[in-house]
Parts: sequence; structure tokens; C-alpha cells
Amino acid sequence: MSDSTKDNAPSRRQFLTGVAAAGAGAVAAGASRAATPDPLITEVQPWASATGEGVDATPYGLPIRFEGDVRRRNVEWLTADTISSINFTPIHALDGTITPQGCAFERHHSGAIELRKQDYRLMINGLVDTPLVFTYADLERFPRINRTFFLECAANTGMEWAGAQLNGAQFTHGMIHNMEYTGVSLRTLLEEAGLDAAGDLKDKWVYVEGADASSNGRSIPMEKALDDCLVAFKANGEALRKEHGYPVRLVVPGWEGNMWVKWLRRIEVTDQPVQSREETSKYTDTLANGVSRKWTWVMDAKSVVTSPSPQSPIKHGKGPLVITGLAWSGRGAITRVDVSKDGGKTWETARLAQPGQAMALTRFYLDTEWTGEEMLLQSRAMDETGYVQPTKAELREVRGMNSIYHNNCIQTWWVKPNGEAENVEVS
Amino acid sequence: MSKFPKLIAPAAVAATLIAGPALAEKYGLGRPALPEEVAAWNLDVSPDGTGLPEGSGSVEDGEALFADYCAVCHGDFAEGVDNWPKLAGGMDTLDHEDPLKTVGSYWPYLSTTWDYVHRSMPFGNAQTLAPDEVYAIVAYILYSNDLVEDDFVLSKENFLDVEMPNRDGFIIDDRQTSEAAFWKDAPCMTDCKESVEITMRAAVLDVTPEETKARKVQEMMDATNPRSTEAAATTEAAAPVTEEVAAAAPAEEAPAVEAVPAAEALDPALVAKGEKVFKKCAACHQVGDGAKHRTGPILTGIVGHPAGASDGFGYSKAMKEAGSDGLVWSEEELHAFLSKPKQYMKKTKMSFAGLKKDSDIEAVIAYLKSTAQ
Repeated sequence: MSDSTKDNAPSRRQFLTGVAAAGAGAVAAGASRAATPDPLITEVQPWASATGEGVDATPYGLPIRFEGDVRRRNVEWLTADTISSINFTPIHALDGTITPQGCAFERHHSGAIELRKQDYRLMINGLVDTPLVFTYADLERFPRINRTFFLECAANTGMEWAGAQLNGAQFTHGMIHNMEYTGVSLRTLLEEAGLDAAGDLKDKWVYVEGADASSNGRSIPMEKALDDCLVAFKANGEALRKEHGYPVRLVVPGWEGNMWVKWLRRIEVTDQPVQSREETSKYTDTLANGVSRKWTWVMDAKSVVTSPSPQSPIKHGKGPLVITGLAWSGRGAITRVDVSKDGGKTWETARLAQPGQAMALTRFYLDTEWTGEEMLLQSRAMDETGYVQPTKAELREVRGMNSIYHNNCIQTWWVKPNGEAENVEVS
Repeated sequence: MSKFPKLIAPAAVAATLIAGPALAEKYGLGRPALPEEVAAWNLDVSPDGTGLPEGSGSVEDGEALFADYCAVCHGDFAEGVDNWPKLAGGMDTLDHEDPLKTVGSYWPYLSTTWDYVHRSMPFGNAQTLAPDEVYAIVAYILYSNDLVEDDFVLSKENFLDVEMPNRDGFIIDDRQTSEAAFWKDAPCMTDCKESVEITMRAAVLDVTPEETKARKVQEMMDATNPRSTEAAATTEAAAPVTEEVAAAAPAEEAPAVEAVPAAEALDPALVAKGEKVFKKCAACHQVGDGAKHRTGPILTGIVGHPAGASDGFGYSKAMKEAGSDGLVWSEEELHAFLSKPKQYMKKTKMSFAGLKKDSDIEAVIAYLKSTAQ
């Protein structure tokens, strides 16, 4: 079962088993004979004869227009206004694990601001030996780190608590992206200001805020701040996009996206959490009895089949089918993903495209054979701590229906005989 | 040189909290922050009152300030307009099916309200309120939640005396224990349940945004197929249509342009008053040099301008249609709109409740006219 995940290559055995089960008919269908010669091959095509665009046609390239529908989308009824709102990554149309910046979801509390590098200042104050101010150029002179992490909004899948609501992986699971960040360790900057003044660091916090009108302040325990947080200025090799906090954002690996403060302007060492709006009135999870959990920072292990899915139906009929999706965990690396085609009665272990990386997206594939039958497709992630992604029923049993945040339940797509898929809930 | 091994080595969790001076080598980058600079940015207020400035404000003053700065989104009584947050009500609903989480019913600390109003409000004009104004607005929010009387004055001195109803309503993340069952050695692989039924379908609810882009891309792909004669014909046919529209547009706009009154002498006092009234609009609208579309469109020169016609702004369908049906923002039309926006145009996106006083409307129209000059 787990042998196919080890070499991370398509298992020939798995593939052949599938073919054998489907019978000889499927093999014949796969190798069907063309009735007439394909003019795309037999005739000289314009693109094979005339010339294309010169090198400077697009000095900074966008995807070809035929991919114009692969883009962020929002759900208008969710929020009062687009300035304090969210949109969704088109995960149904992407593959691999890295999210291109241009289609990585956005969440703003007071809009995406335009802040020039030369106007950028980062202050470290509070319980430090010397309160400091850094310019952008200063940050570039500290030793740099490159790491890839997912960022998931705590509200991802939040609209699905009460039932199947939005029909598409982009809308149910698209408040996530995964980028390779370049930046300076937060620990390095804190040590530059000096932490002797803070005394015992065990009960200390850092309060971080942004330069935008919302400032979106959050308190982070010192242990996390000194562990793996980054003050990042590049993503996927290039400058952060405006909508992701240009020129500098905080990276808080594995923890809810709201803490990854954009346009980071201040880091204050404190002896208590500030209890800001974003960590009391929002980003707290109300249980059925009315009591709310706070400081639910870690994102639990989660996965979703991105294709087939409502926005990515099966169009090729029966025969070989690639079922694929994404898995991630804020507690560490994904070790295994199982896929069910029958709503959770039976499971088979999918192939991980690469070994799971801690707190980064992992791509999984199930190379299978579709006989045209109805499927209730599910995926179930496991991480290195042994956490197994729960069903929605299991989650509701502990958390009720009013949690809003941290819905990491197993998702079901109902794939119909015509290849179309729908977001459903199953018993 | 010796810095590099330390930085590259992954910090073991046990060792993370030991930031001894021997380890902390300095790079000598950055500069000391001046006290004035720290004072300007170090504004956060904590539950124990740390960070609260001197000052006070009454419910009475708060009511007037709230009407000016907050009611446009949050309603006169903090009850919320449209999808904007409700700040009052919802007491004892947290264990209900749809809990109403407000400052009164949910927020555990009053410091959070003060801090948030001070640093992030009013929406679109943040960090402009003086401490006394913040005290007054917070006092009014408390009053709206029936937590203080109408003669209450909130100050730094009595701040910690205010008891928030839900202060004990929170527990620290307990998932590791309360959800320990989610850590399993071997999840079920076969015969995991007897039967599976579909219990709910998203298509029945039908709240997913309509997807038109994918269809348009498909149409464009079909239309750009150089081998398809039919497609080529479509593409060619499409071109003149676009030109026609382009040619027709200026002609349609022409009468509207004529309708714009020539620069007239405006009463400076009325314009000044209008500028003050416009503060209520400024959360969403900008005017003048460098103005940008925000929640609402740019309003520079709006008087005499066709409705729903400012480039680059996403108007409501209703506003766009009114514009293409010939609605021009004459003083009369604007007056009617501003007194009761939702009555004037049922489906306008503008959530503003309207200006009650005719004199305020006249003043704001005068101010808007002045922006065109």
C-alpha cells in the first residue's frame, strides 16, 4: 500500500491492475483507430508556416489567453465589500504544488496598499535591548533563507460547516497558496535588537502589525517567533505582489494565514498577548455550547481532490483517469493520502508526487481506470504526527456547526456517469 | 564567518528559547528607533489597560460621532447595514444555531474595541480619531449594547471597571486533547461503513457564482481557430460591431456634457459646510487630485455627469442601467438620491442610509460641484 508512495513514481503494477480489472474493452478503446487522417497533422498549419511573436512582445509574460479562465474568483455575497474581502485560488486548474503569485488568493482587511520600498520601515520595539528601525535595504543585508510553505486562511472551507454549499474546489478549498519564500529569519532580527531585556522568554510574545489601515495586529508566542518565522520579501523568486504584502510580509509556517501579516511594519516584544480584534472577535472558534476556542493557530491536516471536481469534470469518457489533489498539514509533513471512490466505504492509497515537505503543499495522484460509474470521490490526508483528516460528521461532533474557522473535513465530490461533478455531503 | 553554521542549522524546538548572548551575534544593521518614532507607532492597547492614553468621552458625544463616522456601515444604533458588521445585540445567542457575535455578546475585552477603533476605523479614514473621540465612540458602542447608561463617560480611569459579558467565554486551543481521536494508528481501509447516501447537494442550494469566463475563453478559442472558416467569419463580424459602439459612444455622451453647468460662482461657506458633511461619504468616496475608486466611485465632477459612467468602477446593475437609460446626476436627481438612496434606487450598492437634512444635501452638492472647478 505504502510502497507506491516511497518511490513517488507512477506504479506500473497499480496501473496494470486497473487495466486488467477494466477488461479488454477499455484497452481497445484506448487504442482506437482514426477514421480519417487528422488535418492537424496532414495539412501545414499557419503556426507551422508563418512566424510568431518576437521576444519583446510581452516583457513580463502572462499566461496565454486560452488559459484566461484560470484565475482568482470571489463570492460576492460573502462580504459587504471587495476592500475587506477574500478571493480564491483556482486550485481545480493547477497542478504541482507551487502557486503562481498572479492567481494566489488574496485576503485584505482594508484593501491592498501600494507601498514603495524606499518608504518601507520595519520597527522592532518593546522588551528589546535596543529598539531598532530597518529599511528595506537593511533587510537585504541579513543572511537569507529559502523555504516553501503553504498559507491557508483559517476560514478556508468555512462556508461548508452547515452543509455542502459552494460548487467547486476553488470556492470550497481555494483560500490557500504555496510559495517558495526568500527572507530573513525573524529570530535573526529579534537577536539584532537583543532579547536580554525580555528576561525569561518562555512567557513572552511578539505582537506584529502591518502598515495598512487595518494593520491586522496579531500576537505570536515567542517560541514560534524564534523557531521558524520568516520576514519575507520574495516569493517564487520575485518580489511579493502588492496583494500579498509588497515589499515585506511575515511568514508563520503551518499557522493560520491571518498571522502572516502583510506590509509588516512593526514587531513588538511583549509580556502578554495584545488580544487584538483578529485574535478575539475573529479567528476564534465557537463550539456548540457557546464557548469559543482561541489561539487555534495550527492548521490541521487536510486534503482535497482538485480534479475531477465540479469545475474540472471528466471530459474524456471511460478509460485511464488521473485523480489528483493537494494535501497539507500545519503540524509537519504529509506522509500518506488515501482516496475513496465510494464515499468512504473503501480506500486506496494514492501516490505522492514527491515526499511530503513540512508545512508545504503535497501533490497526490491516483492513476486509475474509470468505467463510467458514479463515484463519491474523497481524499484523506495523514501527517507525520499520525493525525488523520476527519470526516465532517466527526468534526461536527466535537465542534458543532458554528466554528466558521478550521474546517478540515474530508470533502466529497459526486462524479456522475456523464463526468460532471458536484459538491455533496454523504452519510 | 562563524555566523553561517548557526543560521543554516535548523533550530531545535527545545533550543529555540535559549537566545543567550553568546549566540546572538549582531550584524550592526538598522538604527536605534527614536522615542518619537516608537510613540507614533506603539499604539496597541492590552486588556490590562497598557497603552491606553489619557482621555475620556461620553455616550452623548459618542452618539454624534458614531452618526458621523460609523453609522454609514454600522447603522445609527450599531445594528449594522447590509453585510457590514453588527456591533450591538446578540446577547446569549452564542450557543444558538446562528450566533450573533457583537462587541456586547462576544468580545471578551474592552481594550480590543478601543484599540481597533483607534487604529483601523473609520473604514477608509483610519487613524484620524483623537483619543477622546475614541473613548466617546467606545462608550456609545457600550451603550448600544445596554452595558452602560446614557449618562456614562468612559475614561482611562474607569476603563477596567467595565465588565464585558463574554469575558469568560473562551478556552485556549484544546484540540490535542479534545480531538485526540483524530490521531489514529491505522485508518480504516475496507468495509468502513455499510451504506453511503448523499444527504446534501450544493447544486440544490445554488449559491455558487455563475461562471462565464470559462465559457468566454472557450468561445474565444473557437473563434481564433485559424482553420475554421466559420470562426474566421465570426471574428470579422465582431470587429465592426465594436467599432460601431465606439463611434456611437461619444454621440450619446454629447448631450450629457452640455448639461454640465459652466463654472458658476459657489458660496464658499456652503462649500466649506459641504466638505464637512462629505466626511460621511469619505469612507467610501474620494474626490480631487489623485482620487481613486474605493468602495464607491470617484465623485470629482459628479454633478451633471451621467450615472454609472465613471470608468473602472464596478457599479450595481441598477446604477449601470439607470445610466444607460439616460440618468444624469442633476442637482435635483442627486438631492433625491442622497436623501433616501435605497428608496431612490432599490438595488444600489451604496449602503449609506441617506442625509436627513436638506441643508446638508445642498451643502454636499455645492462641495461636489466645487471639486469640478
